[in-house]
Amino acid sequence: MDMINLLRILFTVLSFVLFIAIVVWAWRNRHSAQFKDAQHLPFDQD
Amino acid sequence: MQNATVKAATYNDTVVRQFAIMAVVWGVVGTLMGVIIASQLVWPELNLGLPFTSFGRLRPLHTNAVIFAFGGCALFATSYYVVQRTCQTRLFSDKLASFTFWGWQAVIVAAAISLPLGYTQSKEYGELEWPIDILIAIVWISYAIVFFGTIGIRKVKHIYVANWFYGAFILAVALLHIVESAAIPAGMFKSYSAYAGVQDAMVQWWYGHNAVGFFLTAGFLGMMYYFVPKQAERPVYSYSLSIVHFWALIFTYMWAGPHHLHYTALPDWTQSLGMVLSLILFAPSWGGMINGIMTLSGAWHKLRTDPILRFLIVSLSFYGMSTFEGPMMAIKTVNALSHYTDWTVGHVHSGALGWVGFISIGSLYFLIPRLFGQKQMYSVKAIEVHFWMATIGVVLYIAALWISGVMEGLMWRAMNADGTLAYTFVESVKAKFPYYFTRALGGFLYMSGLVIMLWNTYKTATSGKPATVEVPAVVAHA
Repeated sequence: MDMINLLRILFTVLSFVLFIAIVVWAWRNRHSAQFKDAQHLPFDQD
Repeated sequence: MQNATVKAATYNDTVVRQFAIMAVVWGVVGTLMGVIIASQLVWPELNLGLPFTSFGRLRPLHTNAVIFAFGGCALFATSYYVVQRTCQTRLFSDKLASFTFWGWQAVIVAAAISLPLGYTQSKEYGELEWPIDILIAIVWISYAIVFFGTIGIRKVKHIYVANWFYGAFILAVALLHIVESAAIPAGMFKSYSAYAGVQDAMVQWWYGHNAVGFFLTAGFLGMMYYFVPKQAERPVYSYSLSIVHFWALIFTYMWAGPHHLHYTALPDWTQSLGMVLSLILFAPSWGGMINGIMTLSGAWHKLRTDPILRFLIVSLSFYGMSTFEGPMMAIKTVNALSHYTDWTVGHVHSGALGWVGFISIGSLYFLIPRLFGQKQMYSVKAIEVHFWMATIGVVLYIAALWISGVMEGLMWRAMNADGTLAYTFVESVKAKFPYYFTRALGGFLYMSGLVIMLWNTYKTATSGKPATVEVPAVVAHA
């Protein structure tokens, strides 16, 4: 297998792992104060 | 010195006002172009026999006007408004922001002159010739500097999700535009694509579909994540879902382009990959739609009285419809029927008129009174009328083209027992007449709604005066 294909495969797999990590992180923080504050950001100006 | 302090403590809404008003103006112009060419399909004599009023030249003028002039101005206006409010700071540079306004209008005027004259690179949604492409690139880079510069000087720690969507839209469109427009000039108004053969086709649809994904989706999702909560007066349903929604779109959209090239010279594996990734896209699209619609949970009664909220929420229903239809049409066996028919055109318009149009119209109705120091639009009744005209217009439009598209697809593939074609091409054209008429009627209704909006905008602007809003003194801790 040539190098470029290996790199392509690695990039795809790593992207997928990263995405799963983001999903897990976002879900675990769903009740966090940080997310609550962020949710209310559009209302802080008035 | 005194002046500088005063200036720094207010938002730059001048550029927002300029873009918001031009969005309404270009909305009328762009849909008028659409109504003209839709009528030409019903009554071909309407091209008047002149080269610059022929369908082939006016059609790109229509698409450029609605996508880049109407949609573009709405995106500029709302992104500048939202980034200032959610970062609680004035725009990074007033001069550069003003340049993006005048530069963008210059691009639109150049398009309105050069396309009817027949100057074109003949790439769908990327027709403009190379000198205009260069101007677009300069304006776009300035836009990126203003937007990301503003995020850089924000007074709150967190970057609100709407800004992530706007930011992705700005970055992706810069990348798409520069790659798609690569060409070798052969004189002032003529150039040849830097790519050849099937690569050229793939670059075109990588660009074309991501123009849908990032220009017509990500940017407008930025609108959704700010204006739906604001108008509903409730925070977005799930912040976690909004983050997953964002990254899922980012990781998948770039791969969907090949579904425009099913059954062509494009390698089979590329077509299949495009189909699979298009199917996957269904999940983030519906995740985002649910997040928007559920923001209203517990406040559904507001839909009964608030036509602006109705525009915003119905836009999400159309978003859901077209992002169900899109993946379905990307399936090769479905595409074998739908490709090159009016079904595709109907699908695009359910997204463009229903989703992009409605979310922009709703957001603009929220913005315009505030930009002119008013509580609401001059006539709320007129918004109500606009809503029904637009809704009936879209439904007529897409229903007509569903029937027409499926019908012509079936006619093209119908065979006699001896293996000859059952219909000639012109028979399928003739059969479409009533549906083309209904489509033109739907488009006319939609355009008339925008004319009412233009009148309402004029009345609101002239009965108020440009408002200056102060940046809140107390910094939030988000």
